[in-house]
Amino acid sequence: MASHGIRDKVAIIGMGCTKFGEHWDKSADDMLIESSQAALADAGITLDDVDAFWLGTMGSGLSGLTLSRPLKIQHKPVTHVENFCATGSEAFRNACYAVASGAYDIAMAIGVEKLKDSGYSGLVVGSPANDGTSATVTAPASFSLLAPAYAKKYGVDDQELKDVLTRIAWKNHKNGALNPRAQFRKEVPMETIACSPIVAGPLGIFDCSGVSDGSAAAIIVRAEDAHKYCDNPLYVKALSFVAGPASGPIDPSYDYTSFDEVVHSATDAYAQAGITNPIAELAMAEVHDCFTPTELVLMEDLGFAERGMGWKEVLAGTYDLDGELPVNPDGGLKSFGHPIGASGLRMLFECWLQLRGLAGDRQIASIAGGKTKALTHNLGGGPGACVSFVSVVGSELD
Amino acid sequence: MSGIVSYGAYVPYWRLQRTAITGALGSGGGKGTRSVASYDEDTTSMGVEAARRAMAWAPDGRVPSLVAFATTVPAYLDKTNATAIHAALALPSSAGAVDSVGSVRSASGAIMIAGLRDGLAVLSDIRTGLPGGADESNGGDAAVALLMGDDDQAIAVGIGGADATAEFVDRWRVPGEATSKQWEERFGEYAYLPLVEQSVTDALKSAGLTITEIDHVVVTGLHTRAVAAARKAIGARPDAIVDDLAGSVGNTGAAHAALLLCDVLDRAKAGDTIAVVTLADGCNTWLLKVTDRIDGRRPAQTVREQLAICNDGLGYASFLTWRGLLHREPPRRPEPDRPAAPPSLRSNSWKYGLFGSRDEAGFVHLPPARVSMESGAIDRMELVRMADVRATIATFTVDRLAFSLSPPVVAAVIDFDGGGRFQCELTDVDPSAVKIGDRVEMTFRRLYTQDGIHNYFWKAKPAGPAAG
Repeated sequence: MASHGIRDKVAIIGMGCTKFGEHWDKSADDMLIESSQAALADAGITLDDVDAFWLGTMGSGLSGLTLSRPLKIQHKPVTHVENFCATGSEAFRNACYAVASGAYDIAMAIGVEKLKDSGYSGLVVGSPANDGTSATVTAPASFSLLAPAYAKKYGVDDQELKDVLTRIAWKNHKNGALNPRAQFRKEVPMETIACSPIVAGPLGIFDCSGVSDGSAAAIIVRAEDAHKYCDNPLYVKALSFVAGPASGPIDPSYDYTSFDEVVHSATDAYAQAGITNPIAELAMAEVHDCFTPTELVLMEDLGFAERGMGWKEVLAGTYDLDGELPVNPDGGLKSFGHPIGASGLRMLFECWLQLRGLAGDRQIASIAGGKTKALTHNLGGGPGACVSFVSVVGSELD
Repeated sequence: MSGIVSYGAYVPYWRLQRTAITGALGSGGGKGTRSVASYDEDTTSMGVEAARRAMAWAPDGRVPSLVAFATTVPAYLDKTNATAIHAALALPSSAGAVDSVGSVRSASGAIMIAGLRDGLAVLSDIRTGLPGGADESNGGDAAVALLMGDDDQAIAVGIGGADATAEFVDRWRVPGEATSKQWEERFGEYAYLPLVEQSVTDALKSAGLTITEIDHVVVTGLHTRAVAAARKAIGARPDAIVDDLAGSVGNTGAAHAALLLCDVLDRAKAGDTIAVVTLADGCNTWLLKVTDRIDGRRPAQTVREQLAICNDGLGYASFLTWRGLLHREPPRRPEPDRPAAPPSLRSNSWKYGLFGSRDEAGFVHLPPARVSMESGAIDRMELVRMADVRATIATFTVDRLAFSLSPPVVAAVIDFDGGGRFQCELTDVDPSAVKIGDRVEMTFRRLYTQDGIHNYFWKAKPAGPAAG
């Protein structure tokens, strides 16, 4: 398979991100206006300067009109993108390709989700007319299948595993407490997390990401033009997106301790970016911690830990804000919240702040130490049947 | 006259202790237990379970030419219910399917129709009444299937029978009502007894037998007082009167006479004679003689063995909820979509027949796929039925957030013996007792009902004794 990538061909020159949370007072339109205006101001341009738009939303609107109507975009291409929970990343990826192709000079990738208007607990996803035979489990139940499988395969007992999952939630809440845009801005004691009401399998309510409203946006230009707008742009090193054959749920050889799709997209992204030792070369990673077992498994799938060793690295603090490789320094889906279409761009927003030294109280030390690259990972679907996105961005041209 | 070629009974897993009724209401109830169809069962799904058991013990290659379904509680009106049973058994479209619904007497009709056409009679009922009443505590839920056919294949042949019919009002329920009403019970006894005497006498005469020559006498009907009086009045040998399972199962309405007949067949010897006397708007008597083919054609599990595998810890509130008599606060989750008719028709072999597709390398795809996940070959598949294949739990979870009439949902990934993986719900199971490696079998259920459309599909449940 040819996957040439567009390393150092395009750059981000401005980003915007709303606070995530229960925005009873804001519509999807309001949030789109807020994040797009912030991104434009950050880049020092106006809406008229943008040539084309990629809008990611899973359920908050259909078609490009969902963006062009509130922003009053005047007869320009607006593409609506949907790819489950990786929707925001997919909007970004396609906008980057459009600029890299030379078709447009300036593109905006923007994601939004208005989840809290549904009136229900958890995520609500509609489906096309069907025969009623697909399993009706919820997202936490689907991801909870990872926990007993991982514990059994690697000989981790139930209590140890619960401690590992608890520590992941504790770390992401601790990071989120330092983030003014996060949905949950409070450190949560480990006992509270461990004893929270059970939702599915071993997962308590604190093992689940926040259901929230929010929007984030990025402005993308060709790399050679970046300094016209910005002294310290971020260069796109790698963009990889894969959809698997969704065969895990029907293939007895699938053991629910890994996401094959993530392994494939990470391998592809590292090749595009020329990364051979991710934990040494990356300054940080934003990963798709929709539920705590997901983050655990991702540490191994992304090459941040040996197989079967991820749980020990979690307990050792390897992925803490001051650890060897900070993971989800902004609080992740867990405490920043997970407005589906915005999440992938929210991850990039944290890279935008951290790599440029603008992350305030939660600024990671590795940037001052000379590291220049960050990774985002975003997935949609569930174990054995998902789509996965990995990007690498950097503050220096290679 | 045709006979019974094979039979299968299905008593659902759940029991309600009658004292639970007394405990909640301060009255009603009584001693013993009654059987209870689970929240995900109806008369059609239970009928499928009984029919699968009967067909598992049918002579090789025997396919019924028709399914005749009887119940007092049809899942649908206007739409035939027997067609779902027909589909779940994967019968050829050339086999017929008819309902006879509404009264206990419908069961006699279904057996008669099946007998005329070498068909499968499926008798299924869910009986209840208003809280605290006798119908609630005395009722029971069960299904029975009788495969009818020629005498030379039969395990029990019909040797006589007679009807006695009369129009009178002892019990009634207008369409749309959930429960029945009854006239003062002494009137029913008065009306029934002469009809019983007439029917039994005529039947014995047709067979050239006397009542004391009958080895097993089943007397049943919804009118408890008349049935008790009839048992005494007909003059059978006391040891021949068959226990009516009132203490453990309750009266299962349209299924009950056949359920008691199955219980007799479970232990009867070749040459035994059986009388089945049903009091329902008159009286029907059916006389049978057991043949020497009975040995080796009894189901893997007798009725009595089924009764031993049960859960009698059902709470009265759950019972009322399952029967739709107690409306509980639902979780704050959207209700499921109604199953759409065109995709359901397209996937008929999957949704009802539980067929997967097997590629050339033997890899089973569930649901059936056109493209092999191993080789990518298109349309090089054969259909393979999984309904009677057992499986092992690969992993599972207990979902406390998902919409269900009986939370929590227990979802499992199961690996079928001989290949094929499938994620489905577990039912008739204690969520805290499920383990990886547990053995399960498939069971046909009603997942939910939306917009009046019942969503039938398969779940897994802890494996019982293996079928033939």
